[in-house]
Amino acid sequence: MKRLTHLERLEAESIHIMREVVAEADNPVMLYSMGKDSACMLRLARKAFYPAPPPFPLLHVDTTWKFRDMYAMRERMAKEMGMDLIVHHNPEAQKLGINPFDHGSQVHTDLWKTQGLRQAIDKYGFDAAFGGGRRDEEKSRAKERIFSFRTAQHAWDPKHQRPELWRLYNMRMHKGESIRVFPLSNWTELDVWQYIHREKIPVVPLYFAALRPVVLRDGAWIMVDDDRMRLAAGEQPVMRRVRFRTLGCYPLTGAIESDADTVAGIIAELLRATTSERQGRMIDHDGAASMEKKKQEGYF
Amino acid sequence: MAGFDPRATGGIEKYLEAQEDRDLLRFLTCGSVDDGKSTLIGRLLYESKALFEDQLATLAADSKKAGTRGDDVDFALLLDGLAAEREQGITIDVAYRFFSTDRRQFIVADTPGHEQYTRNMVTGASTADLAIILVDARKGVLVQTRRHSYIVSLLGIRHVVVAVNKMDLVDYAEATFDAIASDYREFARTIGLAEVTAIPMSAVHGDNVVAASPRTPWYRGPTLIQHLEAVEVDEQRLQKQPFRLPVQWVNRPDSEFRGFAGTIAAGVVRPGERIRVLPSARETTVHRIVTADGDLDEAVAPQSVTLVFADEVDVSRGDVIAAAISLPQVADQFQATLVWMSEQPMLRGRNYLMKIGTRTVTATVMPLKYKVNVNTLEHVAASSLDLNEIGVVDFELDRPIAFDSYMENRDTGGFILIDRITNDTVGAGMLRFALRRSQNLHLQALDIDRAAHASIKGQKPAVLWFTGLSGSGKSAIANVVERKLFAEGRHTYLLDGDNVRHGLNKDLGFTDADRVENIRRIAEVARLMADAGLIVLTAFISPFRNERRMARALLKDGEFIEVFVDTPLAVAEARDPKGLYKKARRGELKNFTGIDSPYEAPEAAEIRVDTTTLSPEAAADSIIAYLRGKGMLDAA
Repeated sequence: MKRLTHLERLEAESIHIMREVVAEADNPVMLYSMGKDSACMLRLARKAFYPAPPPFPLLHVDTTWKFRDMYAMRERMAKEMGMDLIVHHNPEAQKLGINPFDHGSQVHTDLWKTQGLRQAIDKYGFDAAFGGGRRDEEKSRAKERIFSFRTAQHAWDPKHQRPELWRLYNMRMHKGESIRVFPLSNWTELDVWQYIHREKIPVVPLYFAALRPVVLRDGAWIMVDDDRMRLAAGEQPVMRRVRFRTLGCYPLTGAIESDADTVAGIIAELLRATTSERQGRMIDHDGAASMEKKKQEGYF
Repeated sequence: MAGFDPRATGGIEKYLEAQEDRDLLRFLTCGSVDDGKSTLIGRLLYESKALFEDQLATLAADSKKAGTRGDDVDFALLLDGLAAEREQGITIDVAYRFFSTDRRQFIVADTPGHEQYTRNMVTGASTADLAIILVDARKGVLVQTRRHSYIVSLLGIRHVVVAVNKMDLVDYAEATFDAIASDYREFARTIGLAEVTAIPMSAVHGDNVVAASPRTPWYRGPTLIQHLEAVEVDEQRLQKQPFRLPVQWVNRPDSEFRGFAGTIAAGVVRPGERIRVLPSARETTVHRIVTADGDLDEAVAPQSVTLVFADEVDVSRGDVIAAAISLPQVADQFQATLVWMSEQPMLRGRNYLMKIGTRTVTATVMPLKYKVNVNTLEHVAASSLDLNEIGVVDFELDRPIAFDSYMENRDTGGFILIDRITNDTVGAGMLRFALRRSQNLHLQALDIDRAAHASIKGQKPAVLWFTGLSGSGKSAIANVVERKLFAEGRHTYLLDGDNVRHGLNKDLGFTDADRVENIRRIAEVARLMADAGLIVLTAFISPFRNERRMARALLKDGEFIEVFVDTPLAVAEARDPKGLYKKARRGELKNFTGIDSPYEAPEAAEIRVDTTTLSPEAAADSIIAYLRGKGMLDAA
């Protein structure tokens, strides 16, 4: 009798979900954000379809404001996985020069990410998109389905989501409708790091502590990743030993002071952590139920 | 509970290894907020450090604003996820929570306890290894306790914890606890729940949740966490069963490799073992178990693997790979317990898509055996199931499938039903057994077959299925068509309300359920007549797409000709030849199509007749022209 560990059971479930999508969807895609969850999804996709390469492309809905290290990781992983990489930029956001400094995090996220994702799904006709969302991330996600239905207008209606029993997922759709699929639904932040540790999965170096140029904004350390960063009068970047728990657009992502420079160190830190990972994300604090609202509008 | 002490011996690497070795238990909590369910889950999260400071800060602020516990932290607020629910003060869905101890990882399915949320509880229970049933120590075993326990037993959960909560409010009295525990055990026996553990608790104060309480010195059993850490998970039982793997996906990256990917539903598989592919019944040997981490010597439930066989065997998605020495059943008629999850009732005679394992088939609902009153567990005669109702139903599939009874295996015996029009998941079922008639029924081969019947008449059999609103002109047009065909010497028969409603179907009314049965009988009669070589004309409103599809499925390709008599409601109502619309508008006729019952227009009818521009004569001519064009009026 073999006793499966929790990571083995989670891995098996995620692989099962990915295979169901490939078997039943016409045109699936995997959203790739270069973060730790995306890194795990890529590894799971390789395992699910081995020895074939994952039979779908990667899609990065770019904002042009990610950390430079993230763009480097994107190119490297697409090549290593042998998968097609589609990068989408919302042309409207590009034309208007939308950025977090002039337009604020809400407008920036809405135009680049929410609208950008809708455009990409319509443009390429994807009917299923894998995302790295986890139920432990945020309150409104605890009730999110693994297969989350979106109308032809990309809206998420909490009242019309399908019950998920056993391992049976109902993927039938009308024309124009799509599904967002979250194979990591039942993983926690700790599981993700333990899996990265066990599998030796490469992640963006920003997760590890290093001396980095940062400024303090609204109680969060913001990294000065390139010369587009706008400094207030008299504001001077300082070098601090910091790392990131989540990665997004660099002007909107807070770092934490840390000495954890290995995966094991990160896990040890996590086990002692007293704040949740989304604390460093500016977009979650935009108001009560802000994530739920974004989701209804089509944010991942 | 989980937490790394940097001073621990062996350092972080050793600690990590131990952490990675933990296993996973999924459980369900049953009860209502009044029983302290949210408080209990909140406490489990809190004590296992699954809550962070920022979450606790938000919670404390929320508690002051909207809490029901004064200045105390109200854990219920933490668990009500969606804004809509928070506003309405109800939990309407299944929420999943996560926490862990040094020995195990836990996933909690938190579902509402009220009867109107039975479907949510069934959903949460479907993946759980264990259920915690909360009982208020002041109230004892209630109707809701019985309902929750019945659903738990129905979904095949083998381990039950009765959490006798709020012991602080009964002064931690041993006699109170004993009485409730023995009451419950007696009831549990009657519904087949074998493994019951009762624990006296106070979730608010933490008694016997993590640490043994000094206030219940008379209790010598495990605390809740101790029990959750020790109980055997379901996968260990599954591994002892015969091997089953429903095929998800055929992996063919090149002409050399051909692997069958799937998740092991039961048992163990090793290279060299004999397996059989069902329902085709081909046998072969497992050659390799392929994973990205190298070939395996052995794989167990519920691992996801890819199998390669020694011989080339035809296998596709939906097939079940099974141990050759111990096979599942193969059949096309079953009895199942069904939980209805849609606001639209389940109707007998209607067909739905059934997804079981990785196979999707068409399933027709046969007459309901009975439904179960979930509060008293009595069997009640019924002809349909409404939202949240549970019944025992026979099903007929369009082809045979391999299955095990649900009580043996959830993955090869559990199914969902999908509505073909809305695509909603409308039901969840648990297969009980194959019907004997499906194993023994062999069609009698007749000497005079349908081709012979048709050829003697010099025509091809067909069913002209007229559908449209009341007053659209179906019968009038069908009548002209039949007259013209008869004049040509064709053998025809016209089925309409007058000759069917007064005889064969006089026991049926106009509810949705009766309308479905009405059409089912007409379709069967039409098929028999087509077998006899006739050109059959049916003139019924037949408002539902599902039933027309069912009728179409009974006939050979090309023999079913749907004629959509297209008349706008306003025109039909203005004609109102029998005065029925007027009656319906006055409320004297219930369930009248177009008024208070829907008409689902055909999406791809073979013939569409627009009665606002065509006379019945002209319409009939166009229909006969269609038959002639298709060669239906030539000798068979």
